[in-house]
Amino acid sequence: MLSRTAADLYWMSRYLERAENMARMLDVSHSLSLMPQGGRGDGLEELAMPLLITGTLDAYLERHGELDAERILHFFALDADNPASLYSCLRAARANAHAVRGRITADVWENINATWLEMRHIAAQSPANFGASHFCEWVKERSHLFRGATEGTIMRGNAYRFIRLGTFIERADNTLRLLDARNQLMGDEPPGDSSARDYFQWSALLRALSAYEAHAALYRGSPRVAQVAELLLLRPEVPRSLRSCIGALSQILAEIPGNNGRPAQRMAAELEARLRFTGIEEVLEEGLQAWIHDYILLVRQLGSAVHSAYLEAV
Amino acid sequence: MVRSTYDEMYDVRGDCRAHYRTFARWLAATPAEQLEQRRREADLLFHRAGITFTLYGDDQGTERLIPFDTIPRSIPASEWRKIEQGCIQRVRALNMFLSDLYHDQRIVKAGIVPAEQVLANEGYQLAMQGIDLPHNLYAHIAGVDLVRDGDGTYYVLEDNLRTPSGVSYMLENRKMMMRLFPELFAGQRIAPVNHYPNLLLDTLKSSSLVDHPSVVVLTPGRYNSAYFEHAFLAREMGVELVEGADLFVRDERVYMRTTAGPQPVDVIYRRIDDAFLDPLAFNPDSMLGVPGLLAAYRKGNVVLANAIGTGVADDKSIYPYVPEMIRFYLDEEPILQNVPTWQCRKPAELSHVLANLEQLVVKETQGSGGYGMLVGPAASQAEIETFRARLKANPAAYIAQPTLSLSTCPTFVDSGIAPRHIDLRPFVLSGREVRLVPGGLTRVALREGSLVVNSSQGGGTKDTWVVEEPTVAAESREV
Repeated sequence: MLSRTAADLYWMSRYLERAENMARMLDVSHSLSLMPQGGRGDGLEELAMPLLITGTLDAYLERHGELDAERILHFFALDADNPASLYSCLRAARANAHAVRGRITADVWENINATWLEMRHIAAQSPANFGASHFCEWVKERSHLFRGATEGTIMRGNAYRFIRLGTFIERADNTLRLLDARNQLMGDEPPGDSSARDYFQWSALLRALSAYEAHAALYRGSPRVAQVAELLLLRPEVPRSLRSCIGALSQILAEIPGNNGRPAQRMAAELEARLRFTGIEEVLEEGLQAWIHDYILLVRQLGSAVHSAYLEAV
Repeated sequence: MVRSTYDEMYDVRGDCRAHYRTFARWLAATPAEQLEQRRREADLLFHRAGITFTLYGDDQGTERLIPFDTIPRSIPASEWRKIEQGCIQRVRALNMFLSDLYHDQRIVKAGIVPAEQVLANEGYQLAMQGIDLPHNLYAHIAGVDLVRDGDGTYYVLEDNLRTPSGVSYMLENRKMMMRLFPELFAGQRIAPVNHYPNLLLDTLKSSSLVDHPSVVVLTPGRYNSAYFEHAFLAREMGVELVEGADLFVRDERVYMRTTAGPQPVDVIYRRIDDAFLDPLAFNPDSMLGVPGLLAAYRKGNVVLANAIGTGVADDKSIYPYVPEMIRFYLDEEPILQNVPTWQCRKPAELSHVLANLEQLVVKETQGSGGYGMLVGPAASQAEIETFRARLKANPAAYIAQPTLSLSTCPTFVDSGIAPRHIDLRPFVLSGREVRLVPGGLTRVALREGSLVVNSSQGGGTKDTWVVEEPTVAAESREV
């Protein structure tokens, strides 16, 4: 397969996964900002979280001056100049899909094309009218449809592999960042003091990652940092956990024919082995934040290895 | 030339021609609403499949459908055989002309084609001088544009030897007709065209001296007007569709960048003009080409189809010499006729042209796509005067021809069915042998009276049938 084609497929699914994760992030921030806050009543800390997670706080402040619920929502939902906005992600995904129109099935193409057309339609209306939660739900649904069409119709070959690579690289990064941000927000509080707040914070994160039910089934109790971190980092049962993502990446990379991917394949296998043979107590001992930051870097390096092996190969 | 119009379906007495009778009976027996419904279906299918072309200079909806007419253009098999032989003869001579031009220039030395017509020609590529190409082939894919005058005689209007387009419409139109009206194909013998991509791939493979050559289609990208066709042909042949950036040259060999590392490329079916192929050798601003490609090509390490420098032979100023080329290289009489042509660079012919602008068609020697031409009988006095000034300023850039009446074919229009002017472009493939599929692209000028069939100027297309004429026995049995 041409490297350019592989790159378009990979970025198409990365952008869609990014859109889905952004929607998940916005949804949880939006609902938590409506909760009574300790000391302050405006929920701004909560609303600003997506800015911190995506590293767009400075860009936002420069353009909009102050934190404002409505403007933050617009910034992440519809702002065509914000590369992290849902609008930008869906536009980029559609452009990638258009370039490889001949390599994907009509089902997948029509899903992405229709998503983009509807996005433009929504953007033409006022975003608030549509309802923030409703909008985030819609983005998630479109992403589910994309994955369903991919699973159900794409031939099991390189096209399928590069689509899935993009999905899992993006998802691994997002899970790490979401957990990191929530953990930092909670970090100042001595544990156990504010169990109600703990509960809402952790369960909101779990819900954002569709892992609330998994947590309940596996741990039967109020979410605590150790369990949540173990679930989202190390458990293979949860489809959005780091372990699941890295496991999938390692398996997909091993299936790609050719020799030039060896560094990427080796790295993914090593990362997977580290997760498999690490206990959560070791992670906490090292410090959760430091451990996550290490891993964010490692996932980024894996992404670069994929790039140099396949997508910009010479 | 006779100034009456030849109709493909009806003779001068208004009787249906033999090869159209089965169709005419079917048309008369099919209810109008059913035809209308099938036509709408065709539009929908073309849209959904994205069979579109891009119109330059149109910022709005840049992707457009080429109007498709469901009444086919039909050619009797006996007539087709003459067209086929004529096209093969012509393309063989043109390939020999190109080989001669870039080597000994015998035809120039023999005084048949003037040296300045060749050497000062924009399409002439000095870089090709003395290069030996496999099988001496330059134009692997040629499109020969044919029209018919009032008495039904076929004339070659022009030869397209650079990157002739439109073959995807020939194939899609046939697919569409078979899907909409299968009964028509059951009732008579219509020669198939669907194997064109196979023949094309075979032609491209045989153009290389390598044993199992790797073939790619090189496109300028998805904003090109013919991108659909590039993608279509690559998919049909099962080869990679590449852009310039997907290729690179190392040690004078061409490779494509793939997920399994660099893969060698042996044959490039390029749909990019000469000037953009290699920024090191031609246009340095080209973002479409491959640096170093010309060097690899000159070494014989890669085949370009068509070759660099074919433009010198399909230039309208070279066109008048093609019948002479056929006699010179093949020692045969031309099977297909040229349209009589006045070369404005010759003072005597220029004054004739200037005196008769109202009756003539004047074209730029380097023009294509129906841009920059004057159709005298259809032009206003002001348009004629503007053109006269341009012509006088640079006579060598123009040729003139009598206004051919162009044959007509019944066509669906707003008011029902009416005759509209058509032309024909068969596609000639030159490999181990020279061949073409029976048919081609028929373009139709949808505006009443218009003679301009180009899609960029509001033309449409029709399916083109080569029909075995019914034997007398079969005919009487049917009645």
